[in-house]
Amino acid sequence: MTSVLTIILQRLGLGLVTLFVVSIVIFTAVNLLPGDFAEAILGQGATPEAVASIRRDLGLDQSPIVRYFQWLGNMVTGDLGTSFAQLNFQTNLGGGDLVGVAEQIAPRFANTMFLAGVTAAIAVPFAVGLGILAALFRNSAFDRATNITTLSSISSPEFFLAYILILFLAVLNPVLPSLSNIFQGMSFGERLEKTLLPALTLTLVVTAHMMRMTRAAIINLLASPYIEMARLKGISPMRVIVRHALPNALAPIINVIALNLAYLITGVVVVEVVFVYPGIGQLFVDSVKIRDIPVVQACCLIFAAAYILLNLTADILSILSNPRLRHPK
Amino acid sequence: MSETTTSESEFLVEMRDVHIEGRSDEVWNPIINGVDLTLKRGEVLGLIGESGAGKSTMGLAAMGFCRDGVRIASGSVHFDGIDLLTASAETKRHLLGKRIAYVAQSAAASFNPAHKLIDQHTEAPVQHGVADKSESEVDGIELYRRLRLPNPDEIGFRYPHQVSGGQLQRAMTAMAMSCRPDLIIFDEPTTALDVTTQIEVLASIRDIVEQFNTAAIYITHDLAVVAQMADRIKVLLKGDEVEEADTRTMLSNPQEDYTKSLWAVREFQRPTKPAPPSDATPVISVQNVTAAYGKIDVLHDVSFDIHEGRTVAVVGESGSGKSTAARCITGLLPPRMGQIELDGEPLPPDYRKRNKEQLRQVQMIYQMADTALNPRKTIGEIVGRPVQFYMGLTGRKRRDRVAELLEEIELPAGQYIDRLPSELSGGQKQRIGIARALAAEPKFIICDEVTSALDQLVAEGILRLLAKLQDELKLSYMFITHDLATVKSIADEVVVMKDGEVVEQGPKLEMFKPPHHAYTDLLLSSVPEMDPDWLSNLLAERGVENIGDAAVEKMD
Repeated sequence: MTSVLTIILQRLGLGLVTLFVVSIVIFTAVNLLPGDFAEAILGQGATPEAVASIRRDLGLDQSPIVRYFQWLGNMVTGDLGTSFAQLNFQTNLGGGDLVGVAEQIAPRFANTMFLAGVTAAIAVPFAVGLGILAALFRNSAFDRATNITTLSSISSPEFFLAYILILFLAVLNPVLPSLSNIFQGMSFGERLEKTLLPALTLTLVVTAHMMRMTRAAIINLLASPYIEMARLKGISPMRVIVRHALPNALAPIINVIALNLAYLITGVVVVEVVFVYPGIGQLFVDSVKIRDIPVVQACCLIFAAAYILLNLTADILSILSNPRLRHPK
Repeated sequence: MSETTTSESEFLVEMRDVHIEGRSDEVWNPIINGVDLTLKRGEVLGLIGESGAGKSTMGLAAMGFCRDGVRIASGSVHFDGIDLLTASAETKRHLLGKRIAYVAQSAAASFNPAHKLIDQHTEAPVQHGVADKSESEVDGIELYRRLRLPNPDEIGFRYPHQVSGGQLQRAMTAMAMSCRPDLIIFDEPTTALDVTTQIEVLASIRDIVEQFNTAAIYITHDLAVVAQMADRIKVLLKGDEVEEADTRTMLSNPQEDYTKSLWAVREFQRPTKPAPPSDATPVISVQNVTAAYGKIDVLHDVSFDIHEGRTVAVVGESGSGKSTAARCITGLLPPRMGQIELDGEPLPPDYRKRNKEQLRQVQMIYQMADTALNPRKTIGEIVGRPVQFYMGLTGRKRRDRVAELLEEIELPAGQYIDRLPSELSGGQKQRIGIARALAAEPKFIICDEVTSALDQLVAEGILRLLAKLQDELKLSYMFITHDLATVKSIADEVVVMKDGEVVEQGPKLEMFKPPHHAYTDLLLSSVPEMDPDWLSNLLAERGVENIGDAAVEKMD
């Protein structure tokens, strides 16, 4: 077991290094965006003096390296900074308490995680189950139908899938609400109901990848001597697949699941817009529009951390799925 | 349901005029051409033949099972009166594991790596409703005990990778016994094992089959093994039956020429060479070599010499360090201590520091010719590469030299030079491996188990070729093998290795004459002989505690 622990610690360390590198990339990329907050907020009629004054207020006149280390230092201590929009509003019009980036992002992020969680709870068992069945009935009509359906759904644009679902589940048969305007203080049941339609849309998007990997990973193993042995013991085909093939096919499946979960956290802007879902994606896009750099950077860093963390988890789980590592000689 | 269809047939298994086909490139090719096979209750039938003879296919067909891309085209297969060819998948599933069981060639690959041995053992009884899990566990432990597995009470609770190959093979036999079947198919169960391990597995399989009066089909290519196990022997050749007779008749009085040729294989013997002069410089001298993988020493103070024109056989079981010694000589694994001399000059330990001339003198031929040849290069390119690299020949000259080399290994150049490895048979591929080594015009060639993947007749051809080349070109061979019959036929000197140490070395004649080192003695005595009473006599003489791994452990 100690070897597994060292591996996990190594991976964690590696993840931190990756995150550090990513922070440099994010900072550079964001600063390469044409225009800055001052220009974006003042519009075409901006005088150079006004631009300079806003830049000075926000600290944008300092060198990028100084700003990077200030930002990094604050990040490490948990201070995500304050949105430029808020700062600017306060400087010019005075007024109340500043809302930090952290407080701004937190509820949005929670919403995104809720949507991702609901989707994962539906999509992962659905996709893996479908993959198992497709492997069991490989090359049958069922297998082909599953492949064609999932492939068409992954190939269609997300908004198109979303509108189709709205058409069938909200307009023609009004079983689910078409708007997902959730807010704080809603009960879990209400939240779930409002979230269901976007979650179903995302399920359609992510199922194909996971299902096909499950099917391929299992079929890959079916020629192994131990599968032949199981068949020759007179074990039922379903049990051969679930008990003998699946445990040995877990590593690639886990990796694909992790990739798709990361996508659910970071890449669902379109679906959020269609359903007016207040997730982190919309906040991110809005902030890019007005060059609100602290928010953009914080979002990017959260996305990067999500990717790294999920892949890390996948790595560790695939290592643990190998009995040679769990039970050394 | 089986009860209703059971007719009082004389035979447990009755296969009549079975034709089996296999598909390659959308064409169905015959594998078995109309073979009959019958087996009575409690009888053991040995099925022997070379690779490609269709033994395994026939064995699986007796279970009503075909691998993917194989089909039974015609004929009939009855098990205890049930027609397995027309029976539903459901009916067959109820027979498999319960009344017909299978023991595969490689137990290490045939146990599921994700589950404990005992869980795999109890699966068939539980699924077939023969016993519940705890009953079956108790029975499994009892079977492990009868098969003389060490720690029978706890070995089942390990995962397959935690158990050695010989033990796994016995655990698999126990698993086949879990439902007390009427028939077990043994498909080369000891081929992947070392001789000392093999003997233990053979003894336990024979024991348990007798105890439960189970009928068995024992598939192997090793005549001496089948002689110990079978009541009757059937010989197959390329999908046809050659002959069938009871074991003693078959051994003492084979009728067909093919069978006789199988029996004669082990008679190839090279004349003994005179000992080299005592002041001669050896071609290769391994001096006090200690080598490690990572931090663990796997070779301990190994020394031996190889003289010009002579063959040194390095013998030992898997893990004894034979191949590691070869890796040290080639420079792939620089030794931690000690040195290697070529013609009296020390070689740099790492091959990257050796010059072209030094590299040229040491060549290697590999065990698996299949994987040692680049599948995308033609024979001309494979052999031409070292010709160009070491000899600097190009164009016309290079092609002529390759043709010359191909003639030397007895493959007509015109016919073979533009073929790909996939268009050659196993023996031909191994010959290409030899030609590639000769292309460098070396003094010394390491032959790493070069015949162990080949059928006996083909292997003999390779051995004769190597002997001829040695006489013509004054080559020195280091011949790594675990097969003592091969050692007897070609070696001049023998080095016996165990756990990374040389336990004994000397000229062949001395080594095969007593008194031996205890380990050499065990190795020699574990090689099955063509005598149906050999195993019984050996067990009577030594006792079950003094064979195989048990005996090795006593030595330590």
